[in-house]
Amino acid sequence: MPTAEFLSRLQFAWVMSFHILFPAFTIGTAAWLAFIEGVWLVKRTDLWRDLYFFWLKIFAVAFGMGVVSGIVMSFQFGTNWAGFSIVAGNVVGPLLNYEVLTAFFLEATFLGVMLFGWKKVSDGMHFLATCMVSLGTLLSSFWIMSANSWMQTPAGYDIRDGVFYPADWWQVIFNPSFLVRLPHMVLAAFISTAMVVGGVSVVYLLKGRFVDRAGAMLKLALAFLAIVIPIQIVIGDMAGLKVREYQPAKLAAIEARWDTASSVPLALFAWPDEQAETNHYAVEVPHLGSLILTHSWDGEVKGLKDFPRDERPPVKIPFFSFRVMVGLGLLMLALALTGLWRWKRGSLLRDRWYLRAWVVMIPSGFIALLTGWWVAEVGRQPWVVQGLMRTSQAATVLPASSVLASLITFVVVYLGIFGAGIWYLFKLFRDGPLPAPQRGQPATPVHGSHHRTPARPLSAPDDPMGD
Amino acid sequence: MDWATVLPVVWFFIIGFAVMMYVLLDGFVLGLGILLPFADDEDQRDHMMNTAAPIWDGNETWLVLGGAGLMATFPKAYAIVLSALYLPILAMLIALIFRGVAFEFRFKAHTSRWLWGVAFSVGSVVTAFAQGLILGALVEGMPLTGGKYVQGAFGWFSPFAVMTAVAVVFGYALLGATWLILKTDGRLQRIAFDLTRPLMLAVIGFMLMVSAWLPFLDSQLMERWFTGAHILWLSPVPILTVLNAITLWRAVLKNREVQPFVLALCFFALGFIGLVVGMWPNIVPPSMSIWEAASPPSSQGFVLVGAAFLIPAVLAYTVYSYRVFRGKVLAGEGYH
Repeated sequence: MPTAEFLSRLQFAWVMSFHILFPAFTIGTAAWLAFIEGVWLVKRTDLWRDLYFFWLKIFAVAFGMGVVSGIVMSFQFGTNWAGFSIVAGNVVGPLLNYEVLTAFFLEATFLGVMLFGWKKVSDGMHFLATCMVSLGTLLSSFWIMSANSWMQTPAGYDIRDGVFYPADWWQVIFNPSFLVRLPHMVLAAFISTAMVVGGVSVVYLLKGRFVDRAGAMLKLALAFLAIVIPIQIVIGDMAGLKVREYQPAKLAAIEARWDTASSVPLALFAWPDEQAETNHYAVEVPHLGSLILTHSWDGEVKGLKDFPRDERPPVKIPFFSFRVMVGLGLLMLALALTGLWRWKRGSLLRDRWYLRAWVVMIPSGFIALLTGWWVAEVGRQPWVVQGLMRTSQAATVLPASSVLASLITFVVVYLGIFGAGIWYLFKLFRDGPLPAPQRGQPATPVHGSHHRTPARPLSAPDDPMGD
Repeated sequence: MDWATVLPVVWFFIIGFAVMMYVLLDGFVLGLGILLPFADDEDQRDHMMNTAAPIWDGNETWLVLGGAGLMATFPKAYAIVLSALYLPILAMLIALIFRGVAFEFRFKAHTSRWLWGVAFSVGSVVTAFAQGLILGALVEGMPLTGGKYVQGAFGWFSPFAVMTAVAVVFGYALLGATWLILKTDGRLQRIAFDLTRPLMLAVIGFMLMVSAWLPFLDSQLMERWFTGAHILWLSPVPILTVLNAITLWRAVLKNREVQPFVLALCFFALGFIGLVVGMWPNIVPPSMSIWEAASPPSSQGFVLVGAAFLIPAVLAYTVYSYRVFRGKVLAGEGYH
């Protein structure tokens, strides 16, 4: 039977990989909703109100799944990572506590007003609630990325009797990689969401449904992506420089680089062999590795052989995940730039090949986000706190059978629950941005099987077309 | 007295407050789930869930504050208690998942609407039961050997813990029933009134049983309550509990709408205060004190600065949100 530690790692990877998708999507959707409602407050057209309610329902489902999988995370450190809690709790615990105090209550409380308060509060107050929810999601990413970045690049601590003590909270929070990794994560969340917003629009356009709404959303998503993806690439490059400076073994694993060398090539593809300490089937571009990683033609990159075997991360996961992330990033950039060009020529909404390409690309933001997260977390191994505390010291001493039972339970339950959740999201997307309720009308029974009944009795001039 | 002495005391009460808020606020929502099978039809079940739909998420966040607060300020207790209670906590987390997603999914589903009602109900019962097991295990105490818990995966299991688990299910059901009295009218309110009296009897019965059982447990909780003169200055707690029970009974007989809920909350608060007084000064009964488990003043102080401003702010906007959704929730007054 595998050890409890290994099973705990699998379990953490499983619950975390599922969890991260939903907060990422809600960070993006909350900001998108705040934008839509802001525009509605100015323009007051049905189009914007319908879009708001459409995305609000989607947000609610995703947020619900983020909440329930997040509660699991907040207990996981105690149940499965007791060693980590005891040794690093003094430093990491307060950051997570600030996340609850500044973000979770704000989100959860104003979510109620946002979802159910449309007819109970004023327009301005409702907009404020939306903004508070969006602010909550951003504050949440602030604290969680601070905690995670501290584990990558610890700072501001003392170690006494093998336990971390905070010495300087400013240095703890704003540890060396935080201010690069935070925007990288938030932009990844925005980009993933924009890909979905654009993706939903292109599906409607291809089917000739909700053409005016879809056209407006697609143009917004496209303009946003065309601006933000280049910024994201620059920030990603800065994150890479931080990795080179603080986590050279991780960088070596990302590049599957075994020997320290200057003027290193960039491996486009290879099959890393950890036993033989070499790569098979390598396809390389000379000098490009040094150029990207060090910003000089023949900069030096450390190799894995410089590190004892028991201080090297696994190579394959960071190596391939990183290539998937970067590859998808470049494809998304190409998609955005092509879209801009079509837009300028006036053929954006009619070019079926282009729209179909976007459909294929819909999940790429999420895939890039997940693979990026795996690069960060697997690349840090065998450390839980880089260079200071090993993952093996962090795990709770538990009966392996207990952890096996919990792992199987989480796998089964998550597949079932989140499968159902994603099914309901698709159902909402299929329903589309139907006419939304207006204020001052009697409450219509909109629960259960009637939830698709428009709450507005008469159609307004700008009703969805072709549906 | 220095910070290292004072701060753990302050945090003991803050975390106690957070957990109490959780028990009171999520208690009535879990109670709705426990009572869901007693509704006449699916529309009534929608109605029951709609009374809590705008506020359940904020209520549940107090549990997260309890967890994260414990990690930040008593990391050793967090690590020991959570890993010792691995299986009950797992059960609680899984049950909370089913309970939580049911709020969203039930109103998106068509043919499977009843299924998410079942998920909501079973999730609520299991959550309450698991929390009762955790309560029982804490009251009984978690003896440590060399700073470690070595009782194995089922060390928490005991007849006493099973009884507290059942007691918590009934207790939450009582909170849920009185909440329904407050927030609904007509047939559903009648059902809630009819449920409240037997539930009250059951809860009073469980309170008596716990009190009678405690002296036979080798529990540190008993020492505080029954050694020396403690019982004198602690006596207001049981006296108030008895008075509270009588008033609650009369309020239900008189078909009052607001009082039963308020008094049920007080009932729980008094029980909770009794527990916290009994635990003091230990955070992992019977032997790990708050000072032993505490994170250093640099950690506790850092969070306290924020908590001093943020907890009042949280309470303020929580009150605001309850005010927005005050009054009766009408049948069919819907989702979104």
